[in-house]
Amino acid sequence: MSPTQMPVSDSVAGSEPGHGVAVTLFDLHRSYGPIRALDGLTLDIAPGEFVALLGPSGCGKTTVLRVLAGLEDADSGRVEVGGKDITSVPTNARDMGMVFQAYSLFPHMTVRQNVEFGLRLRRIPSTRRSTRVSEMLDLVELSDHADRYAHQLSGGQQQRVALARALAIAPQVLLLDEPLSALDAKVRVQLRDEIRRIQLEVGTTTLFVTHDQEEALAVADRVGVMRAGNLEQLASPHDLYARPATPFVADFVGLTNRLRATVDHERANLLGTSVPLLPGSVQRGAALVLIRPESIAVTADPDGRATVVTASFLGATGSLYAVTESGETVLAQIDNDAVATFNPGDKVSLVPRPNPALAVAAYADASLVAPD
Amino acid sequence: MKLRAARRRKQTIFRRVVVGLIGLFFALPLLAMVEFTTRAPGGGRTLQTWTTLFNLAAIDANYPELKTGIQASAGLVLLTVAIMLVMLVPTMTWIRLRVPGMRRLVEFICLLPLTIPAIVLVVGLAPVYAWVAYFLGESSLWLAFAYVVLVLPYAYRALDAGLSAIDVKTLAEAARSLGAGWPTVMWRIILPNMRTAVLSASFLSVALVLGEFTIANLFSRENLQVAINQLGKRDDSLATAAALAALILAFIVLFAMSFVGAARGSHRPEEN
Repeated sequence: MSPTQMPVSDSVAGSEPGHGVAVTLFDLHRSYGPIRALDGLTLDIAPGEFVALLGPSGCGKTTVLRVLAGLEDADSGRVEVGGKDITSVPTNARDMGMVFQAYSLFPHMTVRQNVEFGLRLRRIPSTRRSTRVSEMLDLVELSDHADRYAHQLSGGQQQRVALARALAIAPQVLLLDEPLSALDAKVRVQLRDEIRRIQLEVGTTTLFVTHDQEEALAVADRVGVMRAGNLEQLASPHDLYARPATPFVADFVGLTNRLRATVDHERANLLGTSVPLLPGSVQRGAALVLIRPESIAVTADPDGRATVVTASFLGATGSLYAVTESGETVLAQIDNDAVATFNPGDKVSLVPRPNPALAVAAYADASLVAPD
Repeated sequence: MKLRAARRRKQTIFRRVVVGLIGLFFALPLLAMVEFTTRAPGGGRTLQTWTTLFNLAAIDANYPELKTGIQASAGLVLLTVAIMLVMLVPTMTWIRLRVPGMRRLVEFICLLPLTIPAIVLVVGLAPVYAWVAYFLGESSLWLAFAYVVLVLPYAYRALDAGLSAIDVKTLAEAARSLGAGWPTVMWRIILPNMRTAVLSASFLSVALVLGEFTIANLFSRENLQVAINQLGKRDDSLATAAALAALILAFIVLFAMSFVGAARGSHRPEEN
């Protein structure tokens, strides 16, 4: 498609913020030899929504993004953006902005030239182009770096310019392929928050791929956990964490204890306390309950039935490992100022808080088998 | 400390001696050529040969074979470099982007001419050139096809180094996602970022084509080296001067290449 045929959104022409469109990925399959990267994946993203895909390496999350961008072809399935089937539309005609994991600024161009590259291809007149570039550089707070080259910028600045470049064309969809993974921890958090601020400001439908669960939970409207080419669960960050639909999600998102319990109807008895169960849990008999460290209260008790192994200071919080009389190791989250009060060998009481937990059959390998 | 300083001094002396010897090895024949071309008939020195060489009217009138040779070599240089770049740059870029598994095979094919002596190449190319002459005529310019094969190993190495220095895949994908078609990706993104490599490949090809004799001579075509050889039978002093001038031109080209490379290499990314 020639540049004149390329879609020029009104927002670029008028320098207005973009409006999100709905994205539908339907029954996508993609194999690399014997490896099935996508195995019938279906995903709906609402207009203006920020969806993060989370999962272990090789689960297919980057493949989803690349298929949506047109950089990979799906073996079968359909990609729809704004109600139009774009499955066979080439990458350069899809009108999507993308920020890559690797630094992708064109090294021979200045920051300004990088940001205006997509606008030039769309033949936007020079005055409007210049205004748009200034707006974008203001948005990422790099206006005073406009005449620098990529090698004169830090990693964080390069990714911000890449974000400005992707947004300059007012894309229908913004695709973020682990854009923070090459940055150090502090810059990462700053840029993560900045991405969310900018996304809310421009309202572009966004798909964000990451392996960092904290990143996904912090910025997304909904988070999809992927495993073996398919979605295990797509839910709000809170629901994903508090109400995991499968043992894999419970295991993958946050830290989880697996404790033996007896289940009867919708309650489980563990560590001598009854806790409510999440939908999808086993209904009766011996089970393994997946319970978060913060859902276990720890109190010093000379008659307690657990023994402290270690207590660690983690900055904002603390963690404590204890072994029960039955030999189970339990991880609990404690206040950071309580860490010093626990020493290895101390007796403690472990009491589950009444938060709903997921129970799976005791004989099942919880990481592989979903509950009935 | 004293021991270290003494060792450093010894190493410096050793380095200088080695560089001096190598310099002498290269300089002696050149100096001998200068000496030979500045001999006056009755003894003493003269620049007569050199003034003749750079007098275009005199060359045109008295040594037409040299003029034809220079023109043929100039044409061959341009055509060889053009074919080499048009053929190699898109191919190598495409292989990196789409079929990285083919990289070793293409590298092997490109390096193969290094192992084939020119005389063997001529024997193999003779029937091909019979057809080339039949379809395209007897022009020396068509030697460029053979020369492209000859320069492949050097050009491949230079371009491969250039492509390795940039993240071709990410840059191409970034440009594509912004709306660029493949010609735009090649012309506005890939090529500007491997300017040094393209220049290196071109300069190496220029040096090689300017110095090529065997293939042209065996195919009875004209180029600079064939012309110098013919000239040597009539005027050995002028032939030697022309050979030295061609050699110096090749040196200048290679020096220019190393300077371009050094200037480019001095750009280092800022880390903060």
